Amino acid sequence: MKVSALWLSEWVSFELPNSELADRLTMAGLEVDSLEPVAPPMAGVSVAKVLESVAHENADKLSRCRVDIGAGEIVDVVCGAPNVRPGLHVAYAAPGATLPDGRIIKHAVIRDVASAGMLCSAAELGLGDDSSGLLELADDAPIGTSIEDFLQLNDDVFDIELTPNRGDCLSVIGIAREVAALTNTSMREVAVPPVPAATDDEFPIVIEVPQGCPRYAGRVIRNVNAAAPTPMWIRERLRRCGIRTISAVVDVTNYVMLELGQPMHGFDLDRLHGGIYVRNGRAGEALELLDGETVSLDSETLVIADNDQAVALAGVMGGLRTGVESHTTNILLESAYFDAITLAGVARRFRMHTDASHRFERGVDFSGQERAIERASAMIIDICGGTPGPLMVAEATALIPSRTTIDFHPKEIRTLIGVDVAAESARQMLESLSCRVDASGDHFEVTPPNFRFDLELEADLLEEVARLNGYDNIPSTLPTTTLNLAHGSGRYERDERIRDTLITQGYFEAITYSFIAPAEARITAPDRQPFELSNPISGEMSVMRTSTWAGLLNVALHNLNRQVDDVRIFELGMIFEHVSDALEQRHVLGGLASGKVHPEQWGEASKNIDFYDVKQELENIFSALGLPRRTWLGVNDPALHPGQSASVEIDGRVVGKIGVLHPALGRELGLEQGAVLFEIELDKLPLRTDIIYSPISKFPSVRRDISIIVDQAIAATDVLGAARRAAGDQLRDLQLFDEYRGQGIDSDKKSLTMGLIFQAHSSTLKDEEIEETMERVLLQLHDDFGGTLRK
Amino acid sequence: MSDTHGIIESAAAEVAAADTLDVLDAVRVKYLGKKGTLTEQLKNLGKLPADERPEAGRLINVAKKAVASAIEQRRGALETAQLDAELARAHIDVTLPGRGASIGAAHPISLTMSRIENLFVKWGFEVCDGPEVEDDYHNFEALNIPAHHPARAMHDTFYFGDGRLLRTHTSPVQVRVMESRKPPLRIIAPGRVYRCDYDQTHSPMFHQVEGLLIDTHVTMGDLKGVLQAFLREFFGQDELLMRFRPSYFPFTEPSAEVDIKLESEHGISNWLEVLGCGMVHPKVLANVGIDSTRYKGFAFGLGVERLAMLRYGVADLRMFFENDLQFLRQF
Repeated sequence: MKVSALWLSEWVSFELPNSELADRLTMAGLEVDSLEPVAPPMAGVSVAKVLESVAHENADKLSRCRVDIGAGEIVDVVCGAPNVRPGLHVAYAAPGATLPDGRIIKHAVIRDVASAGMLCSAAELGLGDDSSGLLELADDAPIGTSIEDFLQLNDDVFDIELTPNRGDCLSVIGIAREVAALTNTSMREVAVPPVPAATDDEFPIVIEVPQGCPRYAGRVIRNVNAAAPTPMWIRERLRRCGIRTISAVVDVTNYVMLELGQPMHGFDLDRLHGGIYVRNGRAGEALELLDGETVSLDSETLVIADNDQAVALAGVMGGLRTGVESHTTNILLESAYFDAITLAGVARRFRMHTDASHRFERGVDFSGQERAIERASAMIIDICGGTPGPLMVAEATALIPSRTTIDFHPKEIRTLIGVDVAAESARQMLESLSCRVDASGDHFEVTPPNFRFDLELEADLLEEVARLNGYDNIPSTLPTTTLNLAHGSGRYERDERIRDTLITQGYFEAITYSFIAPAEARITAPDRQPFELSNPISGEMSVMRTSTWAGLLNVALHNLNRQVDDVRIFELGMIFEHVSDALEQRHVLGGLASGKVHPEQWGEASKNIDFYDVKQELENIFSALGLPRRTWLGVNDPALHPGQSASVEIDGRVVGKIGVLHPALGRELGLEQGAVLFEIELDKLPLRTDIIYSPISKFPSVRRDISIIVDQAIAATDVLGAARRAAGDQLRDLQLFDEYRGQGIDSDKKSLTMGLIFQAHSSTLKDEEIEETMERVLLQLHDDFGGTLRK
Repeated sequence: MSDTHGIIESAAAEVAAADTLDVLDAVRVKYLGKKGTLTEQLKNLGKLPADERPEAGRLINVAKKAVASAIEQRRGALETAQLDAELARAHIDVTLPGRGASIGAAHPISLTMSRIENLFVKWGFEVCDGPEVEDDYHNFEALNIPAHHPARAMHDTFYFGDGRLLRTHTSPVQVRVMESRKPPLRIIAPGRVYRCDYDQTHSPMFHQVEGLLIDTHVTMGDLKGVLQAFLREFFGQDELLMRFRPSYFPFTEPSAEVDIKLESEHGISNWLEVLGCGMVHPKVLANVGIDSTRYKGFAFGLGVERLAMLRYGVADLRMFFENDLQFLRQF
């Protein structure tokens, strides 16, 4: 909401400088975004009158003018504006004048003709962007007066960002009321006397949907000159509040809306048939609006109609066919109260946010319709002439809102706000906001004014008191609260642990969008059904991610394209999946590693990251989380290399997967250097089990190394498991330290070399015991896998 | 009987000439070994007349000691020299870079959230979370934002076909916590939130941390105190200026926006808006079955990106979601 300080001062007198008032408003919850002068500084521009205007001999589009600049002085000025004509009052910049853009006007010779100064357009004076011709001043504009004085340019505009609860401040009067309350002054109520009817000319008004429109006021005015120009002062005020000038009738309705907060509309009476009906739209009914858009109506939309058809989208915009035009002679003014809930969402549904809908959605004073129409009638008659009919009001009294009293206890100020405000001061504050207060000791009965829709509960009044008393005056204290131990899900600690472990291993954390392109979902997790957004930002962001891999692959590509070749990244976040008609949202850890194991460095051969590097990094995470029993099994995942991918199980439950990016997918994405990907389902991880310490043996350990030859198809984990079981409880540790395929063994075999470390708790192990155990291990491996000892 | 002086002198000369430990050892064997010159002389003492033996023996022993001491001295010197030579050979350029894996980094948004979480956890706040795909009730209705409410226009919401939506703030978590638990409550809820808005200063996905405290005696002054202490600690500025400015959120009454002035090498900033907060609205308490005559509470919502931008001097919001490693490495 933009409001001019001068306009405001018509309604309330304030002594403060504008900048200080802006601070006060901001600190009262009416945030002043900016405070700007209405016109840039200028000097030497005054009102003048064109006496003669003749075509310039040497130029088609120029005129030679004789201009009366006051005090009997007449000058010659060359002018290029098409609207220059004798009798026109204009803004004249004398030689030496400074225009808002910094230009200094000089005596000039234009095509051999001397020109003493310049006649100005609105744009040249910094008053809007109209540069099509001279700014036309009223015929009674006093010649010689400085243009700043004449147009009252010594004015500032407050641009106030209003919160949705303060619809009452979408008007000059509303902001003036706040100013009065904040500065302890009273309003200057501008008198709006009723316009006496000169005819008994009425037009039928029928409210068919009283819930949506409990009150509709109208007035017929005949014989208006709709083409009359809007006076400069109205145009200037509208401009300062950010509203374009259209035509006198429309300008007046806008003016009244800005001033009193009541949206209005003017119809061309001769185009209305029969009467005004406030009804719901009909299926199939269409309405062409003032802005040229045609909307299809439905039975949920409140419209204004005549006998034949809809003529306005109620509370939003009028129809084109019945709008006031320059040749209109008879008008019907509308000033209605539309119900906020009925109008809610209508503007959004039709994508038509207007000044009117903005106000009705937030609540308009339900007692202000008559005043607005009287104000507008008087102004229109003043500008356009015309014969007013009587004020007509159709209303459903029972459905007009009423204000119920709110119980207010001054001691609650202390309890909720934490500040002491005397009951008497609180009463004065509430009264300064136009509330009616019936005080009896510790209990007030407060009736809010008709224009405040946001005062409903005691808490709302407490806020008003806190606000007027000043939030700055609330002391900062610390709560006295119950000490209780926070339990929590442990997820926060777990995520921190995972993050730390990965960072230590060289990973960078990425945060990617939760929405991805459908094609990306298909590539990275074709077996998962994505959840689709109805109103995505773009097709590239239209489904919720079913895996973190799409985002991570994009991050890898982004960095590779910027010549960063080694990428280790992870992301903690949610994935979303349709699982048998239900939506699952699950916490996952996703990761991607591509490039060298270690950053390029001297003295070490560089090696590309492979499956096993990343597998160990995951093992380290599980260890850090206290999850010891993990099983890795080959798995098929469409995004992964079929021979280099695995799932990991903990306690018999699959908790994640890891693998090398499928080479075909790598080529398709342009990630030829490959990558290892992983995703851990965090919600499936068991909670950390308690650690029970096992005693450490004081006796020496004995190590035996063996190489076993088995079929290549046999999984190492099975061989190691069998060895472990056969070795019994004196086995302390078992390490696989070589896997070999190639020369010296059959082509379908591989050799697994492992070290078995034995240690007993009560004695030093004897050689014979170890030999016996090793025999048992070899026999077991032979029986289970046909494994033979490699000599 | 030979002249022990002569032996001492010749031994001394040989010791001095020995330039390696091996040569020195050969000298030792030559004089002091089982068949060494001085050893032999001792063995031959018996051949001397009895009255000459003590003096001769003494002289031999003096000579043995002198030679042994010369050898030990020389050994010490040679060993020192050898060690010095070894050390000199093993000199490395310590300015060469180290080897092995290098460390990664947390995302600046995570770092900021962790910092916020850690500060509130110290105060006994519990970290909670909730679903990102929410229902209308928890995201709006329960928070006193009914369908017709103009405040909905402040939330450009992403919807799904079934009427569900992407949460527009982390406030639904406070509703879920209050629904399932009894006061007193002290929680914070960090997480991703979504709004259908994408330009230079808006990201369709961003992060908030919601805070909630419900107890029997809680005032707006307490809210002010907690946030002031938090902001001073977060920015590490003990004198940080903060102000509460009246504002509007449907789920708090009274509501406030909080502005701060930050100190930097350029001086003190203008007022910067950093968060929204207020006393939990009685209707919100009623919606979750908490007696608002008995319990009061405050809630606040921090914009994580905003705080991260101020803390790290990041000017462009989009940097956070590009995940350029040259950016991420700096944290």
